[in-house]
Amino acid sequence: MKPSKFKYLKPSSVNEALTYLEEYADDCKIISGGQSLIPVLNMRLSTPEFLIDVSGIKELNYIREEDGYIAIGALTRHVEVENSLLIKEKCPLLIDAIKWVGHKQIRNRGTIGGSIAHGDPSAELPCVLTTLRGEIVIASVDEEEVVGPEDFFLTYLLTSLQTNQLVKEIRFPIMTQGERVGHSFVEVARRHGDFGLAIAAAVIELDNQGLIQKAQLAVGGVNPVPLIIEEAEELLIGKKVTEALLKEIAELTSECVDPEGDLHGSADYRRELIGTLLKRAIEEAIARAWEGEEKVG
Amino acid sequence: MDKVNISLNVNGEKVERDIEPRLLLTDFLREELFLTGTHVGCEHGVCGACTILLNGEAVRGCLMLAVQADGATIETVESLAGEDGQLNPLQQAFTDCHSLQCGFCTPGFLMTLTQFTKENPNPTEEEIREAISGNLCRCTGYANIVKAVKQVTHQTV
Amino acid sequence: MHKYIGKSMHRKEDYRLLTGTGMFVGDISLTNMAEAVFVRSPHAHAKIVDINIEAAKAIEGVYGIFTAKDIEDIKPLTQFESHCFLPPNLVEAISPTINFNYEDILAKKKVTYVGQSVAIVVAKNRYIAEDAADLVEVTYEPLQPLVDPYEARKKGAPLIQEHLENNIQSHFHVTTGNVEQAFAEADYIMNEKIRTPRLGSNPLETRGVVAKFDTRNQELRVWSSSQMPYEIRSTLAHCLSLPDLSIRVTAPDVGGGFGPKGGVHPEEIVIPYLAKKLQRPIKWVEDRMEHLTSARQSRDQIHDVKVSFKQDGTITAIKDFFVIDSGAVNFFALTCAYNSAYHLRGAYKIPNYDSECEVILTNKTPNVPFRGAGRPEVVFVMDRIIDIVARKLKVDPIEIMKKNMIQAEDMPYDQGILVKDGHQLIYDSGDYPDALRKAVDLVDYDAFRKEQEEKKKEGKLVGIGISSYVEGTGAGPYEGAHISIDPSGHVTAYLGCTPQGQGHETVFSQIAADGLGVNPQNITVRVGETTVLPMGQGTYASRSAVNAGSAIYEAALKMREKVLKIAAHLLKTDEDLVIDEGKIYAETSPEKFVTYQDVGRAALPAKLGNLPEGMEASLEVTHYFAPPTVTFAASIHMAQVEVDKETGFVDLQKYSVVHDCGTVINPMIVDGQVQGGIAQGIGSALYEEIVYDQTGQLLTGTYMDYLLPTSMEVPTVAKAHQEFKSTRNRLGIKGVGEGGAIAPPAAIANAIVDALHPLEIKTNDLPISPNKLRTWIKEAEASFQALQTN
Repeated sequence: MKPSKFKYLKPSSVNEALTYLEEYADDCKIISGGQSLIPVLNMRLSTPEFLIDVSGIKELNYIREEDGYIAIGALTRHVEVENSLLIKEKCPLLIDAIKWVGHKQIRNRGTIGGSIAHGDPSAELPCVLTTLRGEIVIASVDEEEVVGPEDFFLTYLLTSLQTNQLVKEIRFPIMTQGERVGHSFVEVARRHGDFGLAIAAAVIELDNQGLIQKAQLAVGGVNPVPLIIEEAEELLIGKKVTEALLKEIAELTSECVDPEGDLHGSADYRRELIGTLLKRAIEEAIARAWEGEEKVG
Repeated sequence: MDKVNISLNVNGEKVERDIEPRLLLTDFLREELFLTGTHVGCEHGVCGACTILLNGEAVRGCLMLAVQADGATIETVESLAGEDGQLNPLQQAFTDCHSLQCGFCTPGFLMTLTQFTKENPNPTEEEIREAISGNLCRCTGYANIVKAVKQVTHQTV
Repeated sequence: MHKYIGKSMHRKEDYRLLTGTGMFVGDISLTNMAEAVFVRSPHAHAKIVDINIEAAKAIEGVYGIFTAKDIEDIKPLTQFESHCFLPPNLVEAISPTINFNYEDILAKKKVTYVGQSVAIVVAKNRYIAEDAADLVEVTYEPLQPLVDPYEARKKGAPLIQEHLENNIQSHFHVTTGNVEQAFAEADYIMNEKIRTPRLGSNPLETRGVVAKFDTRNQELRVWSSSQMPYEIRSTLAHCLSLPDLSIRVTAPDVGGGFGPKGGVHPEEIVIPYLAKKLQRPIKWVEDRMEHLTSARQSRDQIHDVKVSFKQDGTITAIKDFFVIDSGAVNFFALTCAYNSAYHLRGAYKIPNYDSECEVILTNKTPNVPFRGAGRPEVVFVMDRIIDIVARKLKVDPIEIMKKNMIQAEDMPYDQGILVKDGHQLIYDSGDYPDALRKAVDLVDYDAFRKEQEEKKKEGKLVGIGISSYVEGTGAGPYEGAHISIDPSGHVTAYLGCTPQGQGHETVFSQIAADGLGVNPQNITVRVGETTVLPMGQGTYASRSAVNAGSAIYEAALKMREKVLKIAAHLLKTDEDLVIDEGKIYAETSPEKFVTYQDVGRAALPAKLGNLPEGMEASLEVTHYFAPPTVTFAASIHMAQVEVDKETGFVDLQKYSVVHDCGTVINPMIVDGQVQGGIAQGIGSALYEEIVYDQTGQLLTGTYMDYLLPTSMEVPTVAKAHQEFKSTRNRLGIKGVGEGGAIAPPAAIANAIVDALHPLEIKTNDLPISPNKLRTWIKEAEASFQALQTN
């Protein structure tokens, strides 16, 4: 389990990296933290001729508040997000989710951009980004574009990223602050730290009568891409949740998704499971919304 | 083969070498520097036997190219004991609590816990278990490792 | 009275392992050493049509590429004769068939499992060797793969070992009492199919071999991460036609073994062979993907059991037919198979018992013993039966256990059949009902039952499950020890068994210390090296403490006698002497003493020493201990779980154990063995399974797929102890190494059933994954509803 030979390039700026990408687009891989790529190199499932190590590009390591969103530089490591007070305050769903990413040693090294660019539908960050309707900033030598997760994630491990493009920044919208807002991130995995069999995220806002006025719901691990459960979101608006409503949502969620089966869970199992998990996420988000009101009140 | 020059600090000593860029950090430590205390267990980032400290943070040595450690400060298990060879409190707790059997995974646990105990002087059992969940041990069943962390953080065992 | 036996002493091994200064095979570096990589079969069953090594050979840094035709002078690896020997009375009792089978060191005409070695590349380093291995082109012609043992055993199935008539490699049938009559007289009869899947032992250190031919001594030096260096020596001697003592095998620090590092793998033959041939040291360290495909695997038993019982819960008969899927070769004959048969009834009196087994060859990696070796499978069968009988009769499983348990006054208890060594299966000591009572107290069983009801009202499903085992430990045939005392008075003890984390250096020094009357600090224990003793066996089958522990104790007592004679001579006394902490004196005058150093000097030859008239010089003693038969350790395990009915997830909340391993040498180490064994048992209950698809492709080739339990899945086990001394060795020791791994599957499976009660599910198939459990729950709910509507 040793990587095959490659030529190693280490740009120190985004522009230099993009120039390399333009030149070697045909047979290169980008490495940052390497937490997903190096296993693949060690197994020789990938044998690129060029390896472009972007980990030295300091300008892509930042967490800052911008106009309505938290901008995270692609080379920011998971641990930096996990420890960020700004994110804890403005985008707490992300904090809840990031603790599920691998283990400490992985989060110490793995980057946010790497996780997004890897495009694994059972990964936590793509699901959060989808739930919150975030954006991804992509750059090539010629242009920079901002795309939503629905356009970025194409299918399993495949994104819209072209060979000459680099993920620069991830934008997580700032979550509504204050009373009667709650969120939840629910994941089950065979063991702690494994990829989730299914993951569900929910953000719920209640009005002063306790009726749901806004719902953001998405799931991961059960579909070729992270998926917003729009029908469920709509169904919740203006209502109080009941057992029957949650059951209906669980069922329609199961119908929306298109899971693949593997050793750890069949497609049917995951289909049923995601309904249960989203139901639980909604329940927890609502419970937290009420807690929030108590605290504020 | 195009070799790359790297210089880094390993266990307090400056090291400079020309290496193949594909060389894994674990192999660099073991084969070039003869620091064989860092063990190779799975080479795909699951078992944690190769855990080392990179600039003070626990990372998997097998999921890093040596060339990526250029300019970094690295600590391995060989750095833990005192200059007189005295075990440090974490190592001592491991032998007091019988936290190792075959000892192959032990360096990885020690390095993970070196960062953890520094950052968490008073952890709960749940936090300890979470902290070591990225290190596999096939001998001990983990209980005595948890016990050692409690000892070293001065908690009632 | 012992001073050190029974004490939780710090381990002598720890310092080097904690400071990164241990010496594992991978840490060995020799001048001019090359590294090897194996080219392995991607097919489960295929003819080898052609192997083209030209492109690979051309790579700079490649020293040689070898295929079967280059190593024709190596004999193939056959089944281990030492494990195939059955005593004549056992042969008569069980009418065994054991067909000869073997594996070529590198596949010749065909491959019979994914991961089988086909070629070997020797190069400057592992990176280059892998580059070249990628370029070795092997042309295969696929043959029909056999993956299902029931298909493989059919008449007319393609043959895996082509010299055989069919794929049923071994068979036996053992019986006692009269099962048919019991069935005819029973109140209830039930049939169950109960399965333990294929598992991997997965020591954190993979396998590895370093070899060098020492031209000065004309000696083949081999270092292997092995449980049985002597077996490697004798197998190498056989395969390479060399004298045994021209080969020196060392097992250095070994990073776990658990069974599959016993026996001999093809790599352990071909690496030394090539080191001699190429006249340079060669290292091969298995990588984890190789380990998961090619290192030998284990378990994989399916039992079809028929059970009869009475209304009062008495189980009257068990008839078992079971198959073991042995993969492409069965190296260990009936080892696991007969272990299963003779252990099934465990702590229970079941007078009518009939067990028939077939060991079947399939296109999978060969199957060998792994911690428990046939016992976890049948304990799972037996204690699932106990639980199923209890559910059927609507009584607590504990009542069924009590009803059928062997009582203390029955000891020594005769189970009516033979042990594999030909000795009658007679339990030497123990009190199983007492162990059960202690376990019930340990978990506060009645309080749990109340709490269970309370929690159910809150919608939480918790349950408790029990399992028990009686384990024949300390299998022979023998183990040896040699003690040597030098003129400084320092004691060095040499043993033939070799550890993989069990703390031999510590526990054997404790035993020797008590035998000799010295401090363990004054003893160095050397193990893992075939030159320290001419003969030895190894560490497996919970046998080292019993066999090697007894050997060193007996050797120490012999040495003590000689030491006392010399001391008496030096002290010029004929009073009885005592030895304490290395000082030897008459009880009446402790101020007048000699030390081990004095005795060590006095034992020097000729005029250098000062020995009694006629006594041989030097302080050297060897003892080989051969146990009369195995000794029986026992245990009760209790698991407490919470089941998430909607998702099928199981949370193992508490785990408790009462166990008896006779005299405890080092309680801390014993507890560590129990806890560690249980962790592996939890793995096999809930997480671990090696899976092949229908074409024989391995689907669990990484640690993302083969799931080892982590710190989050293994609770700290609550323990209580019994100490019923074995009557089969002087110290009363029983084995403990495997025990922990044996009972968790049944305890956990039963706890899950208990949590879901009154929903009727059967957890007869491991591992109990969330997906599997959710399916069982849905099936049970459907049949419950069907019942309601009818």
